[in-house]
Amino acid sequence: MIGYNYETVFILNPVLSEKEAKDTVQKFKEVLTQHNADVYHVEEWGIKKLAYPIQHKSTGYYALMEFRGNKDSVKLLETEFRRDERVMRFLTTALDKYALEYNARRRKGEFNKSKESTIVKPKKENLAEEL
Amino acid sequence: MTLINESVNRVEQKKKYCRFRKNGIKYIDYKDPHFLLKFINEQGKILPRRLTGTSAKYQRKIAQAVKKARHLALLPYVADNLK
Repeated sequence: MIGYNYETVFILNPVLSEKEAKDTVQKFKEVLTQHNADVYHVEEWGIKKLAYPIQHKSTGYYALMEFRGNKDSVKLLETEFRRDERVMRFLTTALDKYALEYNARRRKGEFNKSKESTIVKPKKENLAEEL
Repeated sequence: MTLINESVNRVEQKKKYCRFRKNGIKYIDYKDPHFLLKFINEQGKILPRRLTGTSAKYQRKIAQAVKKARHLALLPYVADNLK
């Protein structure tokens, strides 16, 4: 397939409910798939604290999409992002071969970040049991 | 009395090296603010390579990654007390 690999991270308004946020992510995924782009990975980081306020908000709902498409699909996606008021910030990056390798490993959860999250989870469960 | 400066023993100083060259890291992830924290100071400024020892090639990549992370509010543009 011709084209490039891209990844895009976007921040949604934290005021949205869990379901609304999920629907929005789904909407952008459909925007891509309708224009012959192949979305092969979607990741939702959930609500995270921002390093500085954006639109007077201190948190945001982060989501990540990896896809294969051409320049036009990126253009389309970005116009959709600009039109949608629920999107506070977005960044699309073209991936080189090293980035692809890194992302493949990241998806498998080889890095510390994912290890931390797996460690944190059982702790929370323990707390719930104690309570 | 001599006017010649005393020689500084430079052998004691540890040689700096590029951690990316040494560990074979090819890609710097802008989505990992915890890692990028090593290359910025308390105010959130990017550290020069004379302090970190990073090679020019990877210094450029660090700078790009830090800037991307700032755009996505993973790192602050200005801060008082990071770390």
